[in-house]
Amino acid sequence: MNQNTPVITVKNLVKKFGSFTANDHLNFEVYKGEIFGFLGANGAGKTTAMRILCGLSSPTSGELTVGGFDVYRQTEQIKRNIGYMSQKFSLYEDLTIAENIRFYGGIYGIPVKQRKEKEHLLLKKLQLESERNKLIASLPLGWKQKLAFSIALLHDPKIVFLDEPTGGVDPITRRQFWDFIYEAAAEGKTIFVTTHYMDEAEYCDRVSIMVDGRIAALDTPDALKKQFNSEDMNGVFLQLARHARNGD
Amino acid sequence: MRTIRYILQKEFIQVFRNKTMLPMIFVLPLMQMLVLVFAATYDLKNVDIYVVDNDLSETSRELTGRFQGSPFFRLHDASFDLEDAENSFKREEADFVMVILQGFERALVREDEANVQLLINAIDGSKASLVYSYAQGILSGFNKAVIAEWKGLPEFNPPRRIDSKQSYWYNPELDYKWYMAPGILAILVTIIGMFLSGMNLVREKEIGTIEQLNVTPIKKYQFILGKLLPFLVIALFDLAFGLVIARLVFDLPIVGSLPLLFGFAALYLIGVLGLGLFISTVTETQQQVMFLTFFFMMIFVLMGGIFTPVESMPRWAQLLDRLNPIYYFMRIMRMVVLKGSGFSDLIDEFVSLILIGLSFLSLAIWRYRKTN
Repeated sequence: MNQNTPVITVKNLVKKFGSFTANDHLNFEVYKGEIFGFLGANGAGKTTAMRILCGLSSPTSGELTVGGFDVYRQTEQIKRNIGYMSQKFSLYEDLTIAENIRFYGGIYGIPVKQRKEKEHLLLKKLQLESERNKLIASLPLGWKQKLAFSIALLHDPKIVFLDEPTGGVDPITRRQFWDFIYEAAAEGKTIFVTTHYMDEAEYCDRVSIMVDGRIAALDTPDALKKQFNSEDMNGVFLQLARHARNGD
Repeated sequence: MRTIRYILQKEFIQVFRNKTMLPMIFVLPLMQMLVLVFAATYDLKNVDIYVVDNDLSETSRELTGRFQGSPFFRLHDASFDLEDAENSFKREEADFVMVILQGFERALVREDEANVQLLINAIDGSKASLVYSYAQGILSGFNKAVIAEWKGLPEFNPPRRIDSKQSYWYNPELDYKWYMAPGILAILVTIIGMFLSGMNLVREKEIGTIEQLNVTPIKKYQFILGKLLPFLVIALFDLAFGLVIARLVFDLPIVGSLPLLFGFAALYLIGVLGLGLFISTVTETQQQVMFLTFFFMMIFVLMGGIFTPVESMPRWAQLLDRLNPIYYFMRIMRMVVLKGSGFSDLIDEFVSLILIGLSFLSLAIWRYRKTN
């Protein structure tokens, strides 16, 4: 991890929906190759901030760069350099695994030969070679999630945004999923992940906890536990979220 | 360009894998052509007539017989009481009542003149006037027969008359189906194109895949074209399919050039599909798309001149029709298919469709937001 090269910088990010402030002056940096955990109760504003960083939503005000590109003016360059896996499952259920790979590879402009190599490696890693021509709809959820993650990495993005990637997945698959995340981080990719699972928060290099649209705490899991005098992240989170207005 | 190819490939796989899609592509044209073309007819037949004959003479019976013998009328019932006839009107059974008063024959013989009363249900005004003119035809035929029979030979010096002979062009047998088939086909192509494209885009919103596309470097125009072309091809295929049905079933002559017809159809579809896609960019669910699309379809179709002539509409409606793509396509379909009009006859339609197509398409591309 290189502490000196930020790949995401956020200064005074504000996002308002009418009179509701979803993000209230957020400030943080994410460094190259780190796994950055973005925590918060439902409605705290995590997904909103992530969508802004991905260029799916525009900020009300603030200075933001992703991968060195400006969020207001250079959204298309940003899109070439990021991968995104949304809460909603986003592969085409009525296409096969191979067809999904071909489609996403195709629209990122990956040359055919290279795409085939990647497809081969990807299926081998997921042990899905024999399922290549099965419809996504027929796969179990855990497989789908791993596949969606791998396809989000197909075009070798520098930064990967994961919005609650392990929701509804069994603990074993979650563990495997995190192995993939570590692997990607080890290759120098930056991982920006939101989650509800506090054990997952422990896996992150640094964690920020959002309460009511603000960042209430941001540090390594160990430092946070020390600061809040708690044995685990769950305790840290509860202390912070207890005072929330919008949480549930 | 390569990006668009990948989108097209994906769309076609999805369309043909969808179990409701194929029946729609094949069954819809069949149903529309075979059912609607027959149903949408203005030919007047089987008008129910109610006779109140208080004379009961040979002449009055002969007159009733003439109505019964006509293909346009059929005797529904008869009575001596006008009130029964009125009730029959109210029950929506009789369309037309003929009242023959007592002394009809006697008046005809003695005074050379007798009256018949015709009462016509005129809720549908144009139908009522048709009924009236057919009835007039029968009455004047009857008149001539009476004169010939009772007065013997025609007068020595008949009054001068202008004789006219008509010749019906383009549809010599006045087959209404020839007129309707191209119109119904125009509706069919519109439904297929507009609904399928609109529903398709909004479906990606519903299942969430559009988010995944929006984080890719895909360009707006690539996305919209990728969503437009598959349904353009499907709609053109249905146009061809419908024309084959019309040719085989109704013996529809296809006088004009088919490449010209399909060229115009493609141009027309760009506009209609553009509108469908525009609708789907401003909506979030398939229900909303259905509702809005249906709204536009109704207006376009009813104002488009398929069922009623645009020339009879009020001036403002005619002006409004200049924005209605179906209005142009309707004309093109009938002109090319039935008359064999060429490109030079259709310059006005060409320019208008280009303008409409460009507007709707750019509206869709402009309104499609990768960032909101």
